Amino acid sequence: MFQVRIHGRGGQGVVTAAEMLSVAAFDEGRHAQAFPSFGSERTGAPVVAFCRISDREIRLREPIMEPDAIIIQDPTLLHQVDVFAGLKKDGYILINTSKTFDQLGLGDFIRDWRQERLCTVPAMELALKHVGRPVPNVPLLGGFAAVAGIIQLESVIKAIEERFSGKVAAGNVAAAREAYAIVKAEMEEARRKETEHA
Amino acid sequence: MSFQPVKFYQTGTFTVGNRLLPPEERSVQASTKRFNSINSGHRACQGCGEALGARYAIDAAMEATDGQIIAANATGCLEVFSTPYPETSWQIPWIHSLFGNAAAVATGIAAALKVKGKKDVRVVAQGGDGGTTDIGFGCLSGMFERNDDVLYICYDNGGYMNTGVQRSSATPAAARTSTTPAVGSDPGNVFGQGKFLPAIALAHDIPYVATATVADLRDLEAKVTRAMEIRGARYIHILVPCPLGWGTAAHDTIRMARLAKETGIFPVFEAEHGEIKSVLAIRHPLPVEEYLKPQKRYAHLFGKNPAVETIARIQALADKNIRKYRLQARKEGH
Amino acid sequence: MLKQMEGSRAVAEAVALCRPEVICAYPISPQTHIVEALGEMVKEGSLAPCEFINVESEFAAMSVAIGASAAGARSYTATASQGLLFMAEAVFNASGLGLPIVMTVANRAIGAPINIWNDHSDALSQRDSGWLQLFAETNQEALDLHIQAFRLAEELSLPIMVCMDGFILTHAYERVDMPTQAQVDAYLPRYEPRQVLDPSDPVSIGAMVGPEAFMEVRYLAHAKQMEALQLIPAYAAEFKAVFGRDSGGLTHTYRTEDAETIIVAMGSVLGTIKDTIDEMRQPENGGHKIGVLGITCFRPFPIAAVAAALKHAKRFVVLEKSMAVGLGGILAVNVRMAVTGMGLKGYTVVAGLGGRAITKKSLHALFRQGEQDGLEPVTFLDLDWNVVNKQLEREKAHRRTGPVAEALLRDVGVVGARNY
Repeated sequence: MFQVRIHGRGGQGVVTAAEMLSVAAFDEGRHAQAFPSFGSERTGAPVVAFCRISDREIRLREPIMEPDAIIIQDPTLLHQVDVFAGLKKDGYILINTSKTFDQLGLGDFIRDWRQERLCTVPAMELALKHVGRPVPNVPLLGGFAAVAGIIQLESVIKAIEERFSGKVAAGNVAAAREAYAIVKAEMEEARRKETEHA
Repeated sequence: MSFQPVKFYQTGTFTVGNRLLPPEERSVQASTKRFNSINSGHRACQGCGEALGARYAIDAAMEATDGQIIAANATGCLEVFSTPYPETSWQIPWIHSLFGNAAAVATGIAAALKVKGKKDVRVVAQGGDGGTTDIGFGCLSGMFERNDDVLYICYDNGGYMNTGVQRSSATPAAARTSTTPAVGSDPGNVFGQGKFLPAIALAHDIPYVATATVADLRDLEAKVTRAMEIRGARYIHILVPCPLGWGTAAHDTIRMARLAKETGIFPVFEAEHGEIKSVLAIRHPLPVEEYLKPQKRYAHLFGKNPAVETIARIQALADKNIRKYRLQARKEGH
Repeated sequence: MLKQMEGSRAVAEAVALCRPEVICAYPISPQTHIVEALGEMVKEGSLAPCEFINVESEFAAMSVAIGASAAGARSYTATASQGLLFMAEAVFNASGLGLPIVMTVANRAIGAPINIWNDHSDALSQRDSGWLQLFAETNQEALDLHIQAFRLAEELSLPIMVCMDGFILTHAYERVDMPTQAQVDAYLPRYEPRQVLDPSDPVSIGAMVGPEAFMEVRYLAHAKQMEALQLIPAYAAEFKAVFGRDSGGLTHTYRTEDAETIIVAMGSVLGTIKDTIDEMRQPENGGHKIGVLGITCFRPFPIAAVAAALKHAKRFVVLEKSMAVGLGGILAVNVRMAVTGMGLKGYTVVAGLGGRAITKKSLHALFRQGEQDGLEPVTFLDLDWNVVNKQLEREKAHRRTGPVAEALLRDVGVVGARNY
């Protein structure tokens, strides 16, 4: 079972992202369970949503306390919430930012982690560019398809097209594709560096 | 105006000369073929205004719909005296659910009829003033606001008579009830509280609002008949004196209702979509004492030291009604 | 057809397949998504003929359902928590009148303190209301139970609550197998009321009944629920024949054949319990002889089925998301009634109140303790004793200690988003 925790703020589509991730996994014939952190938080408040993906029926109903991957939709949360709580060593991290992990002050934290599993993508900018709205959730899913490889980009695109229609769907698909390409490139770069070091 | 007052008063009485009318103009109750929706043999008190009002109202609704009426009833005197199984007086499909939900139950019935395409069958909800102005007010306001196809009839006797004459929000000022006893410096019910639900109904801009009393039964019938010509939320508020709660003689029920109207204490009007269309005019407004004095619930206002100020305040309320609802007929001649 | 969807949406689609004729809605979390979806279906015309009524309170919602059902319409509403309490008078009335209304209860805690998260306090507060109460373990079961509920309710002329865990199920996206309209039509006959408001055959419904017959009327309500104990498994079997899956029924056992310790629970926590039990049963983890009994039907309470499931065990642990304040458990009391005289050790565990997460980690420890008969008669799972004791001390020391909940939260020092 692969467990993903998504951190963001109310209004950023955190819950939608978890739901779409589950739809993408379902479209690949797998079992998936997405659920929010059940708060009554309003716009701007920290929000958490979860997604489990498995090849078997998922019966577990506890919140995800030891995720395999974390998606952070708003980097300002790094200073407010213990977003990495329980993250498995060498788990996947995807942050919506144009900065590097070092610039975010996370350099020490991830020093000896597998670098190709630590990615950033300027999802907000991609959303503004392609969709015209500052909602980073969908581009991050595109990026997540690249970083974790647990779902295919095409499944994410299918989930986008199920959820949205017309211009919004097209814009989100384009944003997801670009995010995917950016993250792929980042990972290649990280792998190249690692082999250089080795 | 849907109702033409019958001028055939017999000399020296207020008895309406129904017999002097041609058959087609006679009241629903004058017909031997009336529906008898509430059959005889029920357990209402002698002189019960509510039983009289309900009989006229529901039979008129039945007449207007060719017998296609379903009634929802709030808990209260009407429900209790008319039903205990197996001796129900109701000759129409009738349901009692709770004290505070008659309007909502009626909404549900209307919805079911609509979904089943039974356009001819109409719904009447009814309750006393407690079930209408107090505990059932939320459901009633909701029914109004949604403009559900229900005629709601409130039988207002100014208190919770079923449970032993307690105050409701329709209890008039200074009236003695068992929860507003005639003791202390301001005996009886307080001034300036309570509510006149017909005015609140008007504020919902529903298609039809009317008031009536059991003193003008042809007026009441005409209003129910008019209400049944209209779809949507309709409200009729009927003043029904209660000999037990008011402390009046059983034979004075009609007289008390007439005095309530003739003093201006209870304005009788008819309104459509929030606008008053007509009133039952008062030819010579009577002083409120004539209405108050026969009622034991006001006995503390009279006697050796009459509560002149209190009576004056009640008179002022009646005068205000006369002004506000333009009740006084224009003086003729002179 | 397999679909990935939110539990609320799945229930709404299932209810729509049941062809409800009158739906009343009043918003309260976490049931709102269900009636929102149904409202949209009615407004766009895909669910027709159906009247969707936005009422002004839950009391009105149940009252409208009463009127509609008495006039012969298949009637549905949904609520939770405070909403269920607000309609309580009408809830009892609906069953007393024998009206087969189906209502979803998206289980949520009851305040004060106000809390929107899941537990079973709301539904269990209405356990003696005369309604049948079915508890779903998954969204699939929630969906299926609604289809069964309409059939059961209408056969018995009794209303049914289908209870599903608020947020945990209502807001969870997971796989469901959505039946076709043809399947549901084949399973669920048209509603033929036993009593109906009809001008061509007038009846008085809901009149006063005195001491001479009241007890008999009430007894018949009980007898009907006893009758349901036969009907529920029968309808679940028929359901399987039409839809091809096990859903509903009175109880479900899991790995109880050789179990010495049996956990008893209701609702979605059964999944977490099953996962825990699977792990405990692995040889490398000690091969614990432990199983679980899930109660699907809480009213009527399946005494015989519970007794049969527990009779070979040494002990049972009732894990419930509810509490009988001043006594212990609610489900536990019912289970103990079923095992009277069987000489079993029984433990009550109150867990997950107000959305407190019930984790595998906690269950592992709890179940091991239970196996060794190391539990108190009533245990509060994952209770923060430190915070509780601090408050008790404060109350001893000072008179005006202020609102309890505020004092506790100051001690807890909760951060807004830390609740995962």
